[in-house]
Parts: sequence; C-alpha cells; structure tokens
Amino acid sequence: MTATEIRPTTAAALETKAPPKPRNMGQIIRWLLLFLGGIAMVMPIAYMISTSLKWPHEVYNVNLIPDEPTLENYLYVLEDGRFYKWFINSIIIATLTTISNLLFDSLVGYTLCKFKFPGRQIVFIAILSTLMIPTEMLVIPWYLMSQSFGWLDSYWGIMFPGLMTAFGTFLMKQFFESVPDDFIEAARIDGLNELQIWWTVAMPLVKPALAALAIFVFLGNWTAFLWPLIVTNSVEMYTIPVGLSGFGDEADVAWELIMTGAAISTIPTLVVFLIFQRFIIRGVVMAGLKG
Amino acid sequence: MANLTLRNLTKSYGSTQVLHGINLEVGDGEFVVFVGPSGCGKSTTLRMIAGLEEVTSGEVLIGDRVVNNLEPKERDIAMVFQNYAIYPHMSVKKNIAFGLRSSSLSKPDKEKRIQEVAEILSMVPLLDRKPNALSGGQRQRVAIGRAMVRDPAVFLFDEPLSNLDAQLRTQMRLEIKKLHQRVGNTIVFVTHDQVEAMTMADRIVIMKDGHIQQVGTPAEVYHMPENAFVAQFIGAPSMNMLSGTLTVDGVALDAGTRFQTSQTSGTPQDVMVGVRPDDLTLEAGNPVVSGIVTVREPLGHETLIYVDTPSGEIIAKASGKTPPEVGAHVTLSADLENLHVFDAETGLALR
Ligand SMILES: Nc1ncnc2c1ncn2[C@@H]1O[C@H](COP(=O)(O)OP(=O)(O)OP(=O)(O)O)[C@@H](O)[C@H]1O
Ligand SMILES: [Mg+2]
Repeated sequence: MTATEIRPTTAAALETKAPPKPRNMGQIIRWLLLFLGGIAMVMPIAYMISTSLKWPHEVYNVNLIPDEPTLENYLYVLEDGRFYKWFINSIIIATLTTISNLLFDSLVGYTLCKFKFPGRQIVFIAILSTLMIPTEMLVIPWYLMSQSFGWLDSYWGIMFPGLMTAFGTFLMKQFFESVPDDFIEAARIDGLNELQIWWTVAMPLVKPALAALAIFVFLGNWTAFLWPLIVTNSVEMYTIPVGLSGFGDEADVAWELIMTGAAISTIPTLVVFLIFQRFIIRGVVMAGLKG
Repeated sequence: MANLTLRNLTKSYGSTQVLHGINLEVGDGEFVVFVGPSGCGKSTTLRMIAGLEEVTSGEVLIGDRVVNNLEPKERDIAMVFQNYAIYPHMSVKKNIAFGLRSSSLSKPDKEKRIQEVAEILSMVPLLDRKPNALSGGQRQRVAIGRAMVRDPAVFLFDEPLSNLDAQLRTQMRLEIKKLHQRVGNTIVFVTHDQVEAMTMADRIVIMKDGHIQQVGTPAEVYHMPENAFVAQFIGAPSMNMLSGTLTVDGVALDAGTRFQTSQTSGTPQDVMVGVRPDDLTLEAGNPVVSGIVTVREPLGHETLIYVDTPSGEIIAKASGKTPPEVGAHVTLSADLENLHVFDAETGLALR
C-alpha cells in the first residue's frame, strides 16, 4: 500500500479499479474451502428440488437438470388429502411445542439464574445431565409411559417429551445471566411481583435468545422422526417426516414424492427462520449499543 | 415524606459480618450522604433500607413503621441505581410511567404527573425516545424521573453519578441538589466520592468496615473529624499525619518541633498530628516541619508541593504564581488551631 502513494495518481486509480487479487495461497485455500462448504450445503437442497421435478423413471439418474421437468409430483402430493393432514399435524405440534419451550424453559432458566435457593446448583446439574441421555434410550420409557396414560396416537403423546428441554433451559439461564440484577431490583421497587418481573422486564431483554430457541425447537420438532413414528399408529396422526417416509410401497420407495413433500415442508421452516432471525440480528445490535 | 431511623442494624453473609450495628436518625426532608471506601457496606445499608437485602438484626423504620418485613413496594421508597437500570425496551415515557404502576391515581392524573416530572427534569422532548438513543446524563435523568414520579417518602441513590464523566457529574450533582430543594423528600445518597458528599449533603455519614465513623454536617466532619480515618478521608489532598508525643507541655513532633496545644497528657502519649495541606503555609508563623521540595503539581490558582521531611512526605499548598523551586528548602507553618491531634493507637481525636 505504501507503494501506491508514490506512484502517479493515474496508476493508483487504475490499480484500485482492477478486480481484487487474492493476496496469497492462504486466501485462495480459504475461498476454496468456503466454496466446497457452500456446495456441500446447497447440493442436497438442489437434488431435493431436482428430484421433485422428475418423473419416477428418471429418479435414479444423477443429473441435476431433469430431462423432462414436471410439476406432476406437486399436483399429486397436494391433491393427496393425507399430506394436508400431516402438514397441519406438524404445524400444530411444532408450534405448540415451541410456545411451551419458550415459556417453560425461560421460566425455569430465569428461576435458576436469578433466585438463590438451597439446592439450586443440584437442580441445574440434574437438568443438564439429562442432555447426556440420547433420545434412543428414552424412547422405550416414553412409550411405556404413553401407553399407561393412554397417550398413544395423540398430539399430546407426540409432544410431551419435548415440551420442555434441558438445552433450552440451559440456554435461557445463560442469557438471563446477562440481564443485570439492577433491572430486576428496580422492578421490585416499582411494585411488580416476581411473575410480572419475569414477563415484563426479563423476557423482553432476552428476545434474541428466545428467537434462537424458537428456531431450534421449531426445526427440531418439524423434522423429528423417531418418536413420532413410534408413538403414532393411524395415518391421520402422522407428522410430515413420518408420513413422507411411507410414500410408495414396500418394493419401491417413491423418492420423487418424498422429495416433493420435503420441498413443500421446508417452506414453514423458512418462514419461521425469516421471522425470528430479525430478532436475533436486532438483538445483537441492541446489545452492542448498550455497552 | 418521612424520617428514617436505623437501629442497631447488622448484616452478615454466612459467618462474615459486614455491618456492625448501624444507628442513624435521618430527619424528614434531610439529604444524607453515605460515604466511605469501597466495600465498607454503603450499598448493603442502602439495600436493606430499600428491602432488597434481608436485615440480619436491628430495625429499619420509615416514618413510624418498622419496615423490616415489608416488601420494597410497600415501603414507600424509590431507588436510583448506579447503572441507571432503565428498561431498554421501553420508551422514556413508559419507563417513567413504570414507577406509577402500583399507584391508585387515575389515568389522566398519571399522565399529568408524568408530564410534570418530565418538565422538572427538562425531558419533555425526549419522552418518546428509547434509552439507547439517550446520553448517559439523560439516562440517569430518566432513572431519577422514574423514582420521582411516585413522590416516595425516601429517595435512595446508589452511586448514581459514578458512570458519568467529570463535567456531567458536577452538573448532575447540582441538579440533584436543586431537585431536593424543590421537592423536599428525604434522600439517602451513597457515594465513594468525598467531594460529592461534601457538596450535596446536609449531613454526611462516613463509614468504614461496616462501622459508622462519624455523622455530621460537611463543616463538622471537615473541621472537627472524630478520628484519623475521617480526617484523612475527607478533604483532598488528604490530611498530612505527623507522629509525635503528647506531654504536659504539649506536642513534641518526632521531627523535632515542639508546640503548645490545648491538649496535654500527664504521662507521655504517642499521638498523630494532622494538618491539612490547605493549612500549611510557607509564610512565617508557627513552624511545624521543614524539608526539601521534591515535586510540584501546578493546579492553576495554586500549586501543590510535595516536601520531603523527617516526618515523611508532606503535601502543602503554595502560591500558583510563585511556587518554591524543586530542591528548595522550605519551612511549613500552621496556625495551632488548625492542628488536629489523634491518639496514635486508637486514632480517636484528642480534644
Ligand atoms: N452477597 C454477598 N455475599 C458475601 N459478601 C457480600 C455480598 N454482598 C456484599 N458483600 C460484602 O459486603 C461488604 C460490603 O459491600 P457493599 O456492596 O455494601 O460495599 P460498598 O460500600 O457499597 O462498596 P462500593 O463502594 O464498592 O460499592 C463487602 O465487603 C462485600 O464483599
Ligand atoms: Mg456499592
């Protein structure tokens, strides 16, 4: 850069107009890795869309552009009444579970963070330790529980294991740590009760965390497969992933229909993401200004 | 409005006691400032008055009520915090209105009250702003507004100015004092800045290690400190301390000087003689100590000189225009009435 200063202005101007040249090997490698990463992310989505536009006989061709693109699969899936039902099921389940997580995870996280009571640390560790137990291990106890309570094949049965999560509680507790105690004490002096303080003072201050949690929980439940598959029996209770996996018959999986259903079912996740992402970005900006 | 009484107030966290029997009477409408070094228990005392911290033993009375077991909201107090604690997701107006949530005023009356407070604090044009669009001073004004709006019996301030820059601090200091003269509520104000304490207080409470050292008007604590700690804490630069012995004839400094004092002691007693830099002059008078000037700090209208003496480093004030040169040998004198004699062991003033 120092060199540019002594050159005639024209040369300097010329140089700035030239496309930016990669400085060194390191930068080239970085770009290459990012590019490969990008491809790895985009390819499955591209194939999903491509497959959803293919006729059944072309499904096993690896070409990305279908020879004879068709919307037939979309018409089929959308005309198939079952898909609507599954879609509604998934929406209801993912939405209710998300709301429940936002409320209860933050309530517990807030309590663990802002109230000093004996045994607090033990409760927190107990909650955290459940993170170490994989879903696969829990499925059988959940099933037995659902069976004895008569929750099999119901919304409640599908939702109950996820209504509160250890991860969400942990996340919210950590975020409430960043809310200064002064806010809470000021509210106490202003005459709010503890529940009002949580709702009107603490919750608005952790909106970015709530948005992130909402995205996590919604996506997690939208794509959940194992437990919904086990707990549901009737086709009307299926969620999208469970329903889609059953497209086709035993001999022949109808990939083009599955991919079509999958493509349609990404739309709500995009909507959720677009809605809540705004809060996350705004949250970051707000936090920056406060400092 | 009400008076505030603390009776034998103590506070312990587990086995560590941080407050040791605080006794204080604050009159109705009085402006009392708690001052002391970091960790001496000022905030803890304030928070116990507010009801944010449990009282270990003793009593807090607001008006004639013992409020030990009342919730903060039932105590008729308002508090302003060091980092403002105004809610960032609410407009200025909402923040101020928040203080009125539990009040029984009608809606139009509340509006009127908010407007009134905004006018007193000259914040009317800012009412619709969010806190992050305000300067530090403006934020603190919002916090004061939220406290004022309820017209509480007692205002509590915990170092409300320490996040502001020096100039703004001076300005807000004046504003709070004017505000007090105007609204007349009882105020308890915590600071660790002795200048703030001196300039604002009707009475100053000086604390150290959970004990009250002295309670008095700014003039009393400045001119008649009850012990060496208070003497050195109040006033900047700090009071100089010279060790010596008190006998029937008066004081003999270790440095050699002798002078007659009103205090005497039959048996020789180790003492500390305190003298403020302001009271030490280069003019002839009662010589106290002499030495070599090592450093000069010009402050404009005067110059601080650091003098290396047999009694250690002594700070004195000299003229701003013609201070002695570094290296000069000077003799510092003081009026006898400006010398404070303290017991070397207990630190208590001998009068
Ligand atoms: N929750 C607590 N547990 C244990 N000790 C505490 C707790 N809170 C405060 N203390 C101790 O109590 C003492 C008084 O603290 P306090 O906050 O009242 O000091 P302060 O005078 O306000 O100091 P500063 O000027 O730094 O604000 C300190 O020694 C502090 O370490
Ligand atoms: Mg403090």
